[in-house]
Amino acid sequence: MSQETEVLWLDERLVSLEELAQVSGLTRAELLELAHCGALPVREERGASCFFAARSISVARTACRLRDELELDVTGLGVALRLLERVRGLEQEIARLRALLPRS
Amino acid sequence: MKYSDYYAALGVERDASQDEIKKAYRRLAQKYHPDVSKEPEAEARFKEIAEAYQTLKDPEKRAAYDELGKRPPGEEFRPPPDWTRQHGAGDGQFSFDDMDFADLFSRFGARRGGAQGRHDGGMPGQDFEIPVQISLEDSFNGTTLELQLQMPEYDEAGRLRRVPRTVKARVAPGAVDGQRLRLPGKGGRGFNGGRDGDLYLDIALKPHPLYRATGHDLYVDLPLATWEAALGASVEVPTLAGAVNLKVPAGTNSGRKLRLAGRGLPMPRGGAGDLFAVVQIVVPGRLSERERELYESLRQASGAAPRDRFAESA
Repeated sequence: MSQETEVLWLDERLVSLEELAQVSGLTRAELLELAHCGALPVREERGASCFFAARSISVARTACRLRDELELDVTGLGVALRLLERVRGLEQEIARLRALLPRS
Repeated sequence: MKYSDYYAALGVERDASQDEIKKAYRRLAQKYHPDVSKEPEAEARFKEIAEAYQTLKDPEKRAAYDELGKRPPGEEFRPPPDWTRQHGAGDGQFSFDDMDFADLFSRFGARRGGAQGRHDGGMPGQDFEIPVQISLEDSFNGTTLELQLQMPEYDEAGRLRRVPRTVKARVAPGAVDGQRLRLPGKGGRGFNGGRDGDLYLDIALKPHPLYRATGHDLYVDLPLATWEAALGASVEVPTLAGAVNLKVPAGTNSGRKLRLAGRGLPMPRGGAGDLFAVVQIVVPGRLSERERELYESLRQASGAAPRDRFAESA
């Protein structure tokens, strides 16, 4: 038997640094460094706490995989994440332009 | 279970040094890592490489693997009883029926009490990320996905098993290509008090015979007859919520986008994307005698100069 579960959209809410560390596998220090270099934008700061868009979960999880499986340090992670974001942006632009082309 | 040749997976000799193994892994991982690679089959290839490296980088696991001898890859085999006893699986309750080759070596960490992620006796369940394809109609209306998964989970003794699980996930309207959805606690079960892992769904939209999606906007080709484009017309356009009438202005050219606001995919926070009808002027392939006469008359009467721009830029 399986229960039906409502999925969480990863672009709707904010997650704290602690929550992001827990679900991504990165340390708080690594996350803060990625935030500092702009690879993981901080959405909101409340006192000493900072919050990220929930879609950062998938970015941080990617970073964790790259750290563990390609043995990248945090500087390399920052570069890799920003390049991946650029690739994603370009792919979206290609998809948008392709959608304009007639099918036949 | 099927034998895997870990040395062949990394492209190294069986007597390769630890340094050679590490270098081979790094070279292949950079090429096939699914987050950065566009190679076909990158994910499957990386899984094979990572599995091989997880075992060969650890001298104890590598020695145990070497003891199994060299066999043809994919050959069905069971570890010999001596090997099973020596490596801690000889308690008489151990079964290889629901294990694969990787599970055999992943047990080593658990047996030594040093598995990754174990804190205060609790081991968190594994997170999983799986690709899911849904139709445009499902994205528009929302859908419930029933996912049949084989999840590696730890039993009470801390041994890894593959357990079939069905997860039902209700996806609200508006999921789009490239979106990731999270199902907290629906990944691998935690062991000994560790939290359950999460399940992530990577959404991809199936190609649709009529519409092309980009984000929440949709595009559809709108074929128009020459006179509809020239004189204007009211035409029926299909949308995901049913057909609507669209007023085509007189003098509409091929390639023009006519926007039907809010007729695209719904957005999670309310509102919706737009539907764009992209005009394609369709000329009849074969003309009747009467049509030919009318087009000839049009040619004589028309003052149209469609290639004026050529002369201007010459």
